[in-house]
Amino acid sequence: MTFNPNLILPEIYQFLVIAALFIQSIGSAKMREKVGLWLPIACALGVVVAVVSVGQQGLVFWKSYQVDHLSQFFKAAIAIGFFVTVLNATRQPTLDKEKTTDYFLFLALSAWGLMILASAVELITMYLALELSSYSLYALVAVRAKSKDAAEAGIKYILFGAVATALALYGFSYILAGMHTTYLAELVKGDWSFAASPMAVTGMALFLAGMFYKLALFPFHFWCPDVYEGASNETAAFIATLPKLGAIVILIRLATMFKPGYDITTMLAVLGALSMTFGNLAALVQTDVKRILGYSSVAHAGYIMIGLVAGTAEGLAAASFYALAYVAMNLTCFWVVSRVAVDGRNLKLKDLDGLHKRAPVLAFSLAVGAFALVGLPPMAGFMGKLFLFSAGWNHGYNWLIIIAGLNTAISIYYYLGLVRHAYTKDAEDDVPLPDTSSFSLVGAGLLSVLVLALGLMPAGVFDLALNAGGSLLP
Amino acid sequence: MQEVAYPVLTTLVFFPLLAAFGLFFFRGDSAVRIYTLIVSVIELMLALPLFTHFKLDSAEFQFVERMDWVKHWGIEYYLGTDGISFLMIILTIAVLPLCVLCSWSYIKTRVKEFHFCLLFMTAACVGVFTALDLVLFYVFWEAMLVPMYLLIAVWGGPEKRYASLKFFLYTLAGSALLLVAIVAFRVVGGTFAIPELMEHSFTFGFQFWAFLALALAFAIKVPMFPFHTWLPAAHVQAPTAGSVILASVLLKMGTYGFLRFNLPLTPAATEYFAPFMIALSIASIIYGGAVALGQNDIKKIIAYSSVSHMGFVTLGIFLLNFRGLEGALFQMLNHGIVTGGLFMMIGAIYERSHSRDIFDNLGLGKYMPAYMGFWGLFALSSFGFPGTNSFVGEMLVFVGAFEYSPWVGAAIVPGAMIAAAYMLRVSLKLAWGRPTSWNGWKDLNLREWTYLAIPAVFVFYIGLAPTLTFRVMDASLEKLQNHVHTKAQLVSIEDGNPMEMAWDSIKNIVK
Repeated sequence: MTFNPNLILPEIYQFLVIAALFIQSIGSAKMREKVGLWLPIACALGVVVAVVSVGQQGLVFWKSYQVDHLSQFFKAAIAIGFFVTVLNATRQPTLDKEKTTDYFLFLALSAWGLMILASAVELITMYLALELSSYSLYALVAVRAKSKDAAEAGIKYILFGAVATALALYGFSYILAGMHTTYLAELVKGDWSFAASPMAVTGMALFLAGMFYKLALFPFHFWCPDVYEGASNETAAFIATLPKLGAIVILIRLATMFKPGYDITTMLAVLGALSMTFGNLAALVQTDVKRILGYSSVAHAGYIMIGLVAGTAEGLAAASFYALAYVAMNLTCFWVVSRVAVDGRNLKLKDLDGLHKRAPVLAFSLAVGAFALVGLPPMAGFMGKLFLFSAGWNHGYNWLIIIAGLNTAISIYYYLGLVRHAYTKDAEDDVPLPDTSSFSLVGAGLLSVLVLALGLMPAGVFDLALNAGGSLLP
Repeated sequence: MQEVAYPVLTTLVFFPLLAAFGLFFFRGDSAVRIYTLIVSVIELMLALPLFTHFKLDSAEFQFVERMDWVKHWGIEYYLGTDGISFLMIILTIAVLPLCVLCSWSYIKTRVKEFHFCLLFMTAACVGVFTALDLVLFYVFWEAMLVPMYLLIAVWGGPEKRYASLKFFLYTLAGSALLLVAIVAFRVVGGTFAIPELMEHSFTFGFQFWAFLALALAFAIKVPMFPFHTWLPAAHVQAPTAGSVILASVLLKMGTYGFLRFNLPLTPAATEYFAPFMIALSIASIIYGGAVALGQNDIKKIIAYSSVSHMGFVTLGIFLLNFRGLEGALFQMLNHGIVTGGLFMMIGAIYERSHSRDIFDNLGLGKYMPAYMGFWGLFALSSFGFPGTNSFVGEMLVFVGAFEYSPWVGAAIVPGAMIAAAYMLRVSLKLAWGRPTSWNGWKDLNLREWTYLAIPAVFVFYIGLAPTLTFRVMDASLEKLQNHVHTKAQLVSIEDGNPMEMAWDSIKNIVK
């Protein structure tokens, strides 16, 4: 088999990073402790590589691996997200020195799995890529000094993951039985109404469960707040963002089969509605910042369903755009959380008190991130939501959009809580000061500029996403 | 097209925003205050071309600026003004220097951030009144929430947390469905541009729901009777400048929204819902007045009087006759001037007595004659004394109401009487009550004279010579009224019973 290696350049590059980390991790004890400078630089280069390969197209590995606009868009997003999470994690206070390289090795492996997931167009390949990214994360969750809660979170994550995977595999067998193929290109041609192929549709619903688990969509969200809470802030930043990208790209590919009005499409819409409502209501009563963000990601998983059920290129593009915006907003929030928790503790809302005085830049970034998650203009979240709503209106799921609109009103309370504590209260004296080094401030500043820029000038990125979404639909 | 050397409206929106970032280069509180004052005066001067180039007899949008923002979705950067928004823009810009002046000694902490919020607010408010693209409008509409929230939450009174949260939740809850409505307009009407959407005729079923979604957002902002509870809390806790902006500008956004969106975009639904809205307006007028009569906190009295006055405005709008519309727009302007003035006066007395209770501020007439003089003027204007500006507006609403139906007219007469009652009650106590707590407070100083004299001039100017104001608004309002009536005729109510139709459409969704 011959193919152009340029097509999978981001994956190859990421693999080289993994190889380097692997070598370092089996080196001497001293060698293992320092990833210091080289890794962030390598990741920055990885972003460049991924961005350069946007626009590549091709079908490789016996038609199971599709390089198209969609996959490249998401690979670039994953590379950027990976870069930010690595930077974020370089100053991780709860990470044992001797585990440093292992930690980053797993992180890189997980991101690599997600990149492969972005291109997978065959069910087995998808499954393998998904597991590759999941297994690395199972290990990471538990790595938090000697924390017992982290171990508990790790167990929860594995158990939920195992159940979801089992469901997915079980569903996969039904799909194979019903449609006699595992290639998406063939599957798309089938009739996905429940009346025509009940077995395949049931199988697909189960297979989707695997993705819902990654995405933390109701009712597969139970792990989400617990794992965020148990894992270290930096690990949570990764889990909250990148795996969602992987799940969304698969859902986008699968959604091309679901026309509005099919039972399975309606199921997506209903789950979306439940997810956003439940996520927002549950977040209202939380006091732990990471749990709030956890439930907020349950809600956001629901919003994304609007784009998937629309059944148009715009809908898919809106979902892609929203996924990107979501990652940017969440990374901003988690960046602030990680910098405020200098000792690696879990932040309560009241730990944010007086942030405006102690670290004005961090407080501003938190405000930008939180208001963007609400969907206040002119931040990225607003444009994302507007695109989702516009793409979804009049495709049979107007009620879903109305519910999403109402949910915005519910969600404001807890997002505002973050800002309220940062801006209107004063800190007690015994709370450790947040990190105000230039590293922390410049990072926060750049991330909030990214969130604002996606909101103010979304046209360029959206056109990219539209290319990506449009390339899937006939 | 007007020939002005620079894009006036864009400048008016973005100059305060840029200037706000300039604040970070200043140190020292007075430097910040002087800088902001200069900025606000420059902003006023930048608005000069609006006066010189505005075409009085044209109902078209003027000073239009238009370019693409997000091409694929048809979102545009589209600004313009007509007779309806013109006065609101001027009001917004004119309020800014007064706010700076009245906070000169009132705000002592985080001065830089305070002025940043003020400038940011002004930019967003001018944006709301000039935006002709639905998305752009929504952006500005929400953008002003955050600085207003901070104004209350950071510099407010003892219960600032409760008040600011209530303000934020209410207004955001209102606008959540506004976004859905905007999207629906775009999908059904094919564009976000308001002037183009006005030409479009929507089906009655669509108008029905769109009207409700828009009306909820705007009714909360106004605020109309059942949604008014955030207002007294926010007003009482907000710092003086916050109250002034809230009363003079923010409340007008609600009624402006009715005029700009509900009437032209959903004319048939407007006519259908008009009696209902009129009933709510009358309830606001009577209820606001009655509650104001029972308050001892001066700021609460004025806050509830706002509910009552804004009731006159919404009433005027939904009478849907020319006098009513004219009166409504007039009252919007007048309420901005007079209530803004009253709030500044309360701020001035609070700085002396540190209390807003009537009984801590009795009998000031003898010691602070200038203060009581201004107070008397604004109070008289507030209940529509002839010769002052509110008289003209209230008169017009009355004429409109009696034209519509004598019963509606009769129903608001008690409202006007209650207004006189509560304003006279507080004024008499302040001026001639037995002095209790006065100890050597100085009468108004030069700064206070300045910021009170400016609205006072307008009270008389508009009260005695309203012609120019009429000429600004008449052409646009006439067009609006004709538009509503002709468009409403075009759309027939499909199956006789709109409530049944609404119920059916809900059932269809669930199915």
